[in-house]
Amino acid sequence: MELFTPDFGLVFWMFVSFAVLFFILWKWGWPVIMKGVSDRADLIDKGVEYAQNAKQQLDHAREEADKYIADARRQQADMLREADKMKSQIIEEARSAAQSEAKKVMDAAKVSIEQERKQAEQQFRNEVSSFALDIAQKVVRNQMKDEKAQEQLVSSLLDEMEKQN
Amino acid sequence: MKRNILTALLLAVFSLALPLRVCAAEETPLDSLVEKDSSIDAQGIIFDHLGDRYGWEVPFNHHKSIPLPVIVWGSDGLHVFSSARIDHGQTYRDGNAEFRLAGAGSPHKGKVIEIVDGKEVKPVLDISITKNVCGIFIAVLLVIWAILNVARWHRTQGMKGPRKMTGAVEFVILFIYDGVIKPTLKSRADKFAPYLLTVFFFILVMNLLGLIVIFPGGANLTGNIAVTLVLAIITFLITNIFATKHYWKEIFNPDVPWWLKWPLPIMPIIEIFGIFTKPAALTVRLFANMMGGHMIVIVLTLLIFIFAAMGPVVTGATAVVSIIFSIFMLLIDVLVSFIQAYVFTMLSTLFIALGQEEGHEEHKKEGDEAHGKKAPAQTLAAAPAQTNQA
Repeated sequence: MELFTPDFGLVFWMFVSFAVLFFILWKWGWPVIMKGVSDRADLIDKGVEYAQNAKQQLDHAREEADKYIADARRQQADMLREADKMKSQIIEEARSAAQSEAKKVMDAAKVSIEQERKQAEQQFRNEVSSFALDIAQKVVRNQMKDEKAQEQLVSSLLDEMEKQN
Repeated sequence: MKRNILTALLLAVFSLALPLRVCAAEETPLDSLVEKDSSIDAQGIIFDHLGDRYGWEVPFNHHKSIPLPVIVWGSDGLHVFSSARIDHGQTYRDGNAEFRLAGAGSPHKGKVIEIVDGKEVKPVLDISITKNVCGIFIAVLLVIWAILNVARWHRTQGMKGPRKMTGAVEFVILFIYDGVIKPTLKSRADKFAPYLLTVFFFILVMNLLGLIVIFPGGANLTGNIAVTLVLAIITFLITNIFATKHYWKEIFNPDVPWWLKWPLPIMPIIEIFGIFTKPAALTVRLFANMMGGHMIVIVLTLLIFIFAAMGPVVTGATAVVSIIFSIFMLLIDVLVSFIQAYVFTMLSTLFIALGQEEGHEEHKKEGDEAHGKKAPAQTLAAAPAQTNQA
């Protein structure tokens, strides 16, 4: 059976072919591929690691940002409350200052008004007395024109004096 | 998928409906081949197809073939001539030497023989580029092209992922490397990976080429014992040349009860046989599997011609069934091509790995020694600590 007896020519060429094939692939094929594949695997590993780190950092950053925002909100609220308090305090203070000022002004005004009033009263009194004297002078002069009236008056006065005594 | 099955079924029904016409159409060329002596020489045809030959047949033509160089070392030196000169049994005269193909009755049937003094003499050396040798060259070129294509991608494209064929080849490379070589050989994987990967792709391409029926394929390469023998011998050489001391110790002085080694060295003899049965198993496994696949396809095809004597209806029905079956077998052979290349690589890896074993005992001893050395050191280190504490 030819099928089961290896033919020398074929064995020879097979050996040569395989040697050539192996040499070419060993020299220019496999090392390049193996290196390339492992380099690529490294690159992918690195990429994955980087991505994971980045994701972690991102998650972390979001948390941090949330924290900062919450902080800021709280601070804002605090500041607003403080400002509110300050505002009412200032208003209160202003009001009390204004009140005391107003009171002072009022008191001063009252004093001066009183003074004015007194002065005016005095003046008025003086003027009224002078007017009254003038009027009385004029009335007396008028009434005392005739003799009879003068006598009458003297007599009435005398009467009165008598009555008193 | 469904559509494909449907198409196949339709085709089958269609061809069943037309066996008569198909038969009538095919009768003319086949008659010349089959009905010369009314019964066909099935065995002859099968072995003719499985075997090697000078020149490469072309489809649908039995008179012409692609000529290949015949290289023989005859009684008076080297002769190189075209296979076309002896194709049909003619005698070719090259210088003083006469050559022709040995006839059916000769012990060298189908080989080139020299005629010296009217007698058939086998040439001293016959290294003709036969159909199988040419097939091997084609396979070598294909493998080189496929692998260097991937290598070029890695050189020029760097870290980019390869696409299409390059990607497919790279996938197979990694499949073999990460799936077979690395887990078995571990730290020594890179040393043997070039050989194992080369073997895998070479066998795979030769297997697949064998399934293509016309020119670039059709040579029954891995179904030829010479081809598988060379591959197995290379694995054998690599296994034994790079083997460790432990491997040889296990062969000549295995770890078994003494009476198995002396006075009658039973175990060493078995182990030494084992060295040689491994490559033999490799040879025969690949050879038998691939040859079997080819043979089944040829037999199925031949059935049509064997049944041709029984009339057109039987022939037609046989043709349909045979063709369906041989397509099925060819598809299985595609799978088998891959599996056999994989198995050959896996077993080679395993055998090489067996030769690389460092021996558990030595490891253990070393480990024990290391532990033994470490232990006193630890107590010594621990003692001052304790005194310090005290």
